[in-house]
Amino acid sequence: MIGSAEGTVTALVAVRDATRSYQLDGITVPALRGVSLTVERGDYLAIVGPSGSGKSTLMHLLGGLDRPTSGRLLLDGRDVSSLSAADLARLRNEVIGFVFQSFHLLARTSARDNVALPLIYRGVRKAQRRRLAEETLARVGLAHRLDHRPNQLSGGEQQRVAIARALVTEPSVLLADEPTGNLDSASGEAVLALLEELNAERGVAVAVVTHDRGIAGRARRQITMRDGVIVSAVP
Amino acid sequence: MSLTEAWRVAIDALRASRLRSGLTMLGVIIGVAAVVILVAIGTGAKQTVEEQVEGLGSNLLLIVPGQVDFGAAPTVSRLRLDDVDAVIRVVGDRNLVAVATSSGETVRAGTRSRFTSVVGVLETTPKVFVRSIDRGGYLSRSDVETGRRVAVLGSAVAVTLFGERDPVGSQITIAGVRFRVVGVFAPLGQSLGVDRDDEVHIPITTAQRVFDTSRVDAMAVKAPDRDSMDALSARIVEVLRERHPESEFSAVTQEQILGVLGDILGILTGVLAAIAGISLLVGGVGVSNIMLVSVRERTREIGLRKAVGARPRDIGLQFLLEAVLLTTIGGVVGIALGVGTALIVAAITPVPAVVTWWSVALAFGVSAAVGIIFGVVPAQRAGRLDPVVALRAE
Ligand SMILES: Nc1ncnc2c1ncn2[C@@H]1O[C@H](COP(=O)(O)OP(=O)(O)OP(=O)(O)O)[C@@H](O)[C@H]1O
Ligand SMILES: [Mg+2]
Repeated sequence: MIGSAEGTVTALVAVRDATRSYQLDGITVPALRGVSLTVERGDYLAIVGPSGSGKSTLMHLLGGLDRPTSGRLLLDGRDVSSLSAADLARLRNEVIGFVFQSFHLLARTSARDNVALPLIYRGVRKAQRRRLAEETLARVGLAHRLDHRPNQLSGGEQQRVAIARALVTEPSVLLADEPTGNLDSASGEAVLALLEELNAERGVAVAVVTHDRGIAGRARRQITMRDGVIVSAVP
Repeated sequence: MSLTEAWRVAIDALRASRLRSGLTMLGVIIGVAAVVILVAIGTGAKQTVEEQVEGLGSNLLLIVPGQVDFGAAPTVSRLRLDDVDAVIRVVGDRNLVAVATSSGETVRAGTRSRFTSVVGVLETTPKVFVRSIDRGGYLSRSDVETGRRVAVLGSAVAVTLFGERDPVGSQITIAGVRFRVVGVFAPLGQSLGVDRDDEVHIPITTAQRVFDTSRVDAMAVKAPDRDSMDALSARIVEVLRERHPESEFSAVTQEQILGVLGDILGILTGVLAAIAGISLLVGGVGVSNIMLVSVRERTREIGLRKAVGARPRDIGLQFLLEAVLLTTIGGVVGIALGVGTALIVAAITPVPAVVTWWSVALAFGVSAAVGIIFGVVPAQRAGRLDPVVALRAE
């Protein structure tokens, strides 16, 4: 199932002429104004652009957290407009892994249980969940931090726990919205190296939103957004 | 997500905020305990009164002047001793008829005294009602017919006036008149805070002379058997009406008294239960309130859970189960508290308290229902949260 780095050209996630606007006190605020983008298996792309240009909004669509106001969103080949909230939740669980700038770990919950969380909604038994969570934490270099709570971990460690949580379900695509935004450069570099390793060795498609030109340059494709549209895609 | 998992998630969430969970439960605990305790007291009062009325003896008819209406003030008695003789003729056996004319009087023996209820009676009283004599004997027919100044003491009166000494043969005064003690009743004990051993029996003829009256307050007839009661009561009322055409008389059976008292005490129990129910409802509103606060506080958690694959119903179920857990745990603790308090009250106070299974079942059922009803709105709100909005929440 996993595409090679050369890329079987199967669209994993795609938006077609997608718009997304918000209603704010009766005024329509367009956040995305007609965006088309395809994320293929094994892809590695960076999304850059000024603040407010719609990067996060686009990521939420690609991850099935949100639906376009108009246009189409395809997740794993299925048109999201025909899916119920429950079906969409299942698809998120199976296909997508999210990494957020602010980690979003559950407080007062061990690293192991945080990582095991998505498996609960997949119906995996507790013993199996523990085993998978521990294996995944070992993969991100945190085998010695299983019982630590988020407030007992450094920022870089917390983000690696979050990556483990995104990975534990073996997703086809990892969506990371400014994953290094809250980290110092050394921790940021470790997180980025981890994402690149997953992409290269396991063929997980990775999409990273970043303000850092250096990070963007390491991706295979660079997408630049401005005012809710894609202004350049290289290559 | 399986139901077992949903329970586990809900339990973990409650554990994570123990203080708040405890305070929320407190409302339910108090409500449930109040239901159990108040219903226990109401039921206990009812049982005690019933036992007391039944304890009088079986197949009893109580004859009272006036229409039986428990709401109205008692009418002044027009019964006289010759009416009693007429009733005895109807019944055909003097031993089946008892009478009473009571007055509160001070009874003295030497330097000791006690204010008590002095009752003028026929010698037949122990044959009609269930009363047993501890020492000496009861009044005799000739005591009544000749109006002797003799008295039988309730056990509490005997203890006050004579302590450990045997009072039989001793002199006492009632309202300043000298009497000789001929017997002492066996103790009956207390009920509803009333000391049933606090009375003195004297012949009715003597009582009418000492109290300077000719009235007879009440009459009781013991029917030979249950089947003859209705006919007997009709004949007695008829004879009395002939003798006093201007007055009404009623004969009531124990069942009728029990029925009326039971109704009154049943209403009392119902009112107590309703008051307690309201406090349970208030507890439920508290649960709902806290759950809404909890949904708001945990908005980012909800967003995250949704992002990793929780369906709306998984989230809804989690919050619903939290509410149900809060109220059922509160319910169980409340029941334990209520039952414990009721047992202590029954043991150390004169207030009778009898825990009934239905009040426990009701309190538990209502608290679980309260959890579901008041948990639904917060749970739905949580389930419907937009994950993107939720993740952005502060
Ligand atoms: N819930 C909302 N209601 C109203 N407007 C919104 C909402 N979410 C986003 N927007 C608007 O949509 C536009 C795009 O927002 P978005 O978060 O996608 O930008 P971004 O490119 O991720 O910016 P940043 O680099 O600062 O994270 C912004 O103008 C923002 O104000
Ligand atoms: Mg953003």
